Amino acid sequence: MKTTEATSAALDDRSKYLRSLIIDGLSAGRGHVGSPLSLVEIVRVLYDEVLHVRAEDPSWNERDRFILSKGHGCLALYAVLADHGFFSKDELERHCKSGALLGGHVDAHVPGVEASTGALGHGLPIGVGLAIAARLQRRASRVFVVMGDGELDEGSVWEAALAASKHKLEHLTAIVDYNKLQSYGRVEDVLPLEPLADKWRAFGFAVREVDGHDVNALRDAFAALPFEAGKPNAVIAHTLKGRGIGFAELNAKWHHKSSLDAAAIDELREALERN
Amino acid sequence: MRQSALNTVYALAKRDPRVLFIGSDLGAGVLDQMKAEMPERYLMEGVSEANIIGMSAGLAMDGFIPYVNTIATFLTRRCYEQIAVDLCMHDLPVRLLASGGGAVYAPLGPTHMALEDIAIMRALPHMTVVCPADAPEMTRAVEATLDWPHPVYLRFGKGGDPVISSDERGFTLGKAILVRPGADVLVISTGVMTARALDAADLLAPTGIDAAVLHAHTVKPLDAEMIADLASSRSLVVTVEEHSRIGGLGSAVTDALAEAGVRTPQLRLAFPDAFVFAYGSQDSVLQAAGLQPPSIAERIRQVVDTHGGRRLEAVRAE
Repeated sequence: MKTTEATSAALDDRSKYLRSLIIDGLSAGRGHVGSPLSLVEIVRVLYDEVLHVRAEDPSWNERDRFILSKGHGCLALYAVLADHGFFSKDELERHCKSGALLGGHVDAHVPGVEASTGALGHGLPIGVGLAIAARLQRRASRVFVVMGDGELDEGSVWEAALAASKHKLEHLTAIVDYNKLQSYGRVEDVLPLEPLADKWRAFGFAVREVDGHDVNALRDAFAALPFEAGKPNAVIAHTLKGRGIGFAELNAKWHHKSSLDAAAIDELREALERN
Repeated sequence: MRQSALNTVYALAKRDPRVLFIGSDLGAGVLDQMKAEMPERYLMEGVSEANIIGMSAGLAMDGFIPYVNTIATFLTRRCYEQIAVDLCMHDLPVRLLASGGGAVYAPLGPTHMALEDIAIMRALPHMTVVCPADAPEMTRAVEATLDWPHPVYLRFGKGGDPVISSDERGFTLGKAILVRPGADVLVISTGVMTARALDAADLLAPTGIDAAVLHAHTVKPLDAEMIADLASSRSLVVTVEEHSRIGGLGSAVTDALAEAGVRTPQLRLAFPDAFVFAYGSQDSVLQAAGLQPPSIAERIRQVVDTHGGRRLEAVRAE
């Protein structure tokens, strides 16, 4: 697909349900809105069909490792983890409340979470270490790291990309939630990334581009891992920030909200229903 | 000191498969033997400190004990957020081996001089900060880190530093060592400054000032109990450090004394709050900052003469 192409995939019932859990997470009044909504299908497909993880034994040694490096998209991960039974869905409604299990960024105290993130550009270096560890320990564990597009502004991402390539980490997959919108505005205005796929290729990755809301396309891409022997993988998932909430889609004002009242939550639920 | 540390990492790696070494872009030939014998656990990853810290965090999450070596300023300033988030927030057993602590790289200028490293490292939860005095103590310190369950910052001296540590006194992380008894003044120092503090104490003896020297090799966790205990019965507490006066050993001792309610006056000998463009050598820069033994002794004597005499008599009378 072309890098600027908007997603064409419709949201099925499961995608809508997971988004309703995200809205549960926003019901305490605050949180990132657009950021988790663009990566729902990515984490859904990974946890439903790809990752070898055990909700009843989150630290099972042979598991695949997943890091949500764009920690501000945590509600998507928390929705999927709760749905898979890593913790109670009741926790979602307490998101960001005092003393809650779930805060506004990914937190390793939460069952099923490998690494705390929030500051950007940390996940891929950690993923490189996890992938080397798996190789040294002769484990079959694979490592998946989801980054935001704005996150790719961080130099540490590209330092880690050099290292992943050097070490031929074919069991490491970098996934870019390429929703084209960072906090301030359009990625191509703030700090352009194109040609993005070429950049990852130039850094030694085997690259695939997919519609990041198309469950079948994501499934096919992940099923093809590793894409090329001896190379780390990059999946550039073209997504839509705010996907599923019409008025929030591609709207930088919906990156984060800190005062969502009950009426606003109702509007979000109604907008989701209209999909 | 650096060679002792790296040799000890190699020795630990031989007996413990969890140990691995990560360098940035170190001098040619570093740990060649380790590289030849265990290439999988010898990583040289280029000038990419942020990635190296994150990578070491990932390795530690899965059971490895990475010993990471590069120049102190690059290891602390360059990737502070990685140290805070990846290492400290996850409380991982990564060991940061900091070449050129303090003024070692004085001739190379302030980009390479680590004069605030102790301050910024000790500000991080879970971090342990260790400044050995000499090469044998560096060996003991590295060995002591093997099973320490937290991140550690180990500050290297220049090398060839006078040996003041001993096997008899041993080494325990977090436990300061009284290297010289003395009834009047308590001098607390860390790293290679302990040798200079001892020399200063020798210079003070003929003037009638009996100075104890406490080697606080571990600045965090500081041996607050021992410091408060020794300080409470002396007329003056002096801290001597190759570090900015902000946030280092002197600050840590001030904190400890305040929290213990010990009101012994304090003299803090350290670098001023400034970048040092003097070049020269570690010794010349220390000299200019008043941190060589004659200056240390003289400044202590001045304070005792001016303010401490009466208190000194009171302490002696007790």
